Amino acid sequence: MTSRRAFLQIALAAGAGVGLAACSGTSGPQASGSTAGGGGVASGTATYWYLTGAPGEGIRTDTVKRFNEANPKTQITGTTFQNDAYKTKIKTAIGAGQAPTIIWGWGGGGLKSYVDANQVEDLTDWFAQNSAVKDRLFPSSFGAATVGGKIYAMPSETVQPIVLFYNKTSFETIGAQPPKTWADIMDLVPKFNAKGIAPFSLGGQSRWTNMMWLEFLFDRIGGPGVFQAVFDGKKDAWSDPSSILALTEMQKLISADGFIKGFSSITADSNADQALLYTGKAAMMLHGSWTYGSMATDGGDFVSGGHLGYMNFPTYDGGKGDPTDTVGNPGQYLSISSKATADEKAIAKNFFATAVLSDAENKEWIDAGAIPIVKGSDRLLAGSKDADWLKFVYGVASGAKVFAQSWDQAMSPTAAESLLDNISKLFQLSITPQQFADNMNKVIGT
Amino acid sequence: MTTAVQRASRTPGTSRVGGTGSVTWMALPALVFFIAFGVVPLFGVLGLSFTQWDGIGEIHPAGFDSWQKVLADPGLPHALQVTFLVMFLSWVVQTPASILIGTFLAGQHRYRAVLAVLYFIPLLLSSAAIAVAYKALLDPNFGLGAGLNVGFLSQDWLGRDKLALAAVIFIVSWQFIPFHSLIYQGGVRQIPRTMYEAAEIDGAGRVRKFWSITLPQLKYTIVASSTLMVVGSLTFFDLIFVLTAGGPGDATRVLALEMYKTGFQANLMGPASAIAVILVLVGLALALLLRRIGGGGAADSQLEGA
Repeated sequence: MTSRRAFLQIALAAGAGVGLAACSGTSGPQASGSTAGGGGVASGTATYWYLTGAPGEGIRTDTVKRFNEANPKTQITGTTFQNDAYKTKIKTAIGAGQAPTIIWGWGGGGLKSYVDANQVEDLTDWFAQNSAVKDRLFPSSFGAATVGGKIYAMPSETVQPIVLFYNKTSFETIGAQPPKTWADIMDLVPKFNAKGIAPFSLGGQSRWTNMMWLEFLFDRIGGPGVFQAVFDGKKDAWSDPSSILALTEMQKLISADGFIKGFSSITADSNADQALLYTGKAAMMLHGSWTYGSMATDGGDFVSGGHLGYMNFPTYDGGKGDPTDTVGNPGQYLSISSKATADEKAIAKNFFATAVLSDAENKEWIDAGAIPIVKGSDRLLAGSKDADWLKFVYGVASGAKVFAQSWDQAMSPTAAESLLDNISKLFQLSITPQQFADNMNKVIGT
Repeated sequence: MTTAVQRASRTPGTSRVGGTGSVTWMALPALVFFIAFGVVPLFGVLGLSFTQWDGIGEIHPAGFDSWQKVLADPGLPHALQVTFLVMFLSWVVQTPASILIGTFLAGQHRYRAVLAVLYFIPLLLSSAAIAVAYKALLDPNFGLGAGLNVGFLSQDWLGRDKLALAAVIFIVSWQFIPFHSLIYQGGVRQIPRTMYEAAEIDGAGRVRKFWSITLPQLKYTIVASSTLMVVGSLTFFDLIFVLTAGGPGDATRVLALEMYKTGFQANLMGPASAIAVILVLVGLALALLLRRIGGGGAADSQLEGA
């Protein structure tokens, strides 16, 4: 009975993807005209799976549309998926040999697992031949696209540091200033709770949302070396004193009711965590810079009225981490399936060279309050209505001494699942910091 | 489908259909589907449980590695415990409620027919839709409690271990009680009127009739319904996955969810297959056990004295 379920899941996942792609393939002009930009491809279609959610979804769709209009004979058909669902869907599809031509991803450990299975195209030579494509992007964005010295993905979209957002109105209510240190945070918690405002919003059911807290605490307390030791597979790396201290501080904040009631049943996909911040039910939120766009769209005058504040994560007294350090996504990543036909691959490469991060796409990202990973994009910010925010993000991203990739993206999927599982138990206070370290030490190097 | 199969197997050899030819060929389409989508994948999973596979790359044989890993993992006894707890509690909640509602709906009044239609509605909704709806209703900050300003309702329903489990049981019961009520309604209607008439002559009241006639006569219906409940609760996945994703922590992580997370999120197809095999074995054992408890061959009649 269960095996049937498992089998069906594989079959359905693959089948649904193909079906959806086929459905969306019927729209759009198929014939007429010839174009010079075809890159040697006469005609054909390639598929591209990417994420839903404003504003990114619309921008991705527009980029595909622009490419299809410019290349009437070589079409790309897009299919969209919700963030957390996509993570399992794409793995299943790739395993079943049903991957789309262009695979949207986060780079790092997930990309490495595709590389290890020979499922994605090596783009090193292509980038060498098309150095213009490579040279216009942030060099830092290529780290998570590189496995064993070779480039397997085209960095794309935007740089997304995690920042601390706050509701200025909430701070006025209690007459306090935004926190500069971890001690300030702990001082603010009872003050907000006394006024019936939750100090921090958190979509804890998604688990990676909790992880962002640990990423910063580990860095601020012990510096970037603590997690690097884990990543490098050093034995018992999670038992480092800084690691235990960070985990302990984390649980202190949770025990002090630092987070909104019910945080462990809130998902980030529903944007409920953002709603808590802009409705004033919570005063602060540690989240990716990508949430700015959706808060501006959904939050009424919260963003446009200047009620949203933001800052890099506070320092920890006596900690080793540099206050400019940040974590997040140094970019998003587009890979080409090695199972695609030569024509499909050529279409994808042409897409990378001519459509991805084109001037028109860059403008859309900036309008949505995000920084595309293109050199000199700071020059485009001045006229934007979100100029202050964009300059802040650009400053955080370019001024960071260390810009670490999100842990779950950097690690192998197996280790990441174990990490997220233990993090959710840590936040539920059902395991101690020591137990967390013991559990995680066991999966180091897997 | 299950009941049809059981009923068919209970009258073996009797060819009351009339024709001399065998009718086994009629089972052929079902058999083909069962073998293609039930038996073959089952052996596939059994095979996979002795391999190492990340779902993407090559499959490597790995002997008993996966089994050792799964059996040594404290997650397995925990998931088994949660599974049996969900199974037991949902049985305890659903069975009495279903019997009472079923008996009530068996009456031939028009208003009961109207109510029967209303009770039936949850069965028409998909588990995922139910989970999404309840998740929104139970949200402590934007849900029913916050909306109506009722303090009691704005608990952290899905964020505390015991409350989350209770919420799962409640929603599962809400979803499946109508189905089991329907089974019991049919069961009650099959009880011969004569038995009740005889009891009435002897001066039995409503309650006495229920305990002495209805309930004993429903014995096989209870066994059938319980089998469906127990075996069905082994495979609860969609509702829990959408509602709590097994959380908070691992408080509602049943075996099926453990299997999914191991296979599709941690990319460990070998251990996930081992869990799947365990799940099948547990399911088979329970189904056999219930048949045993249900007792008796087809020989002993329930209608003695009727």
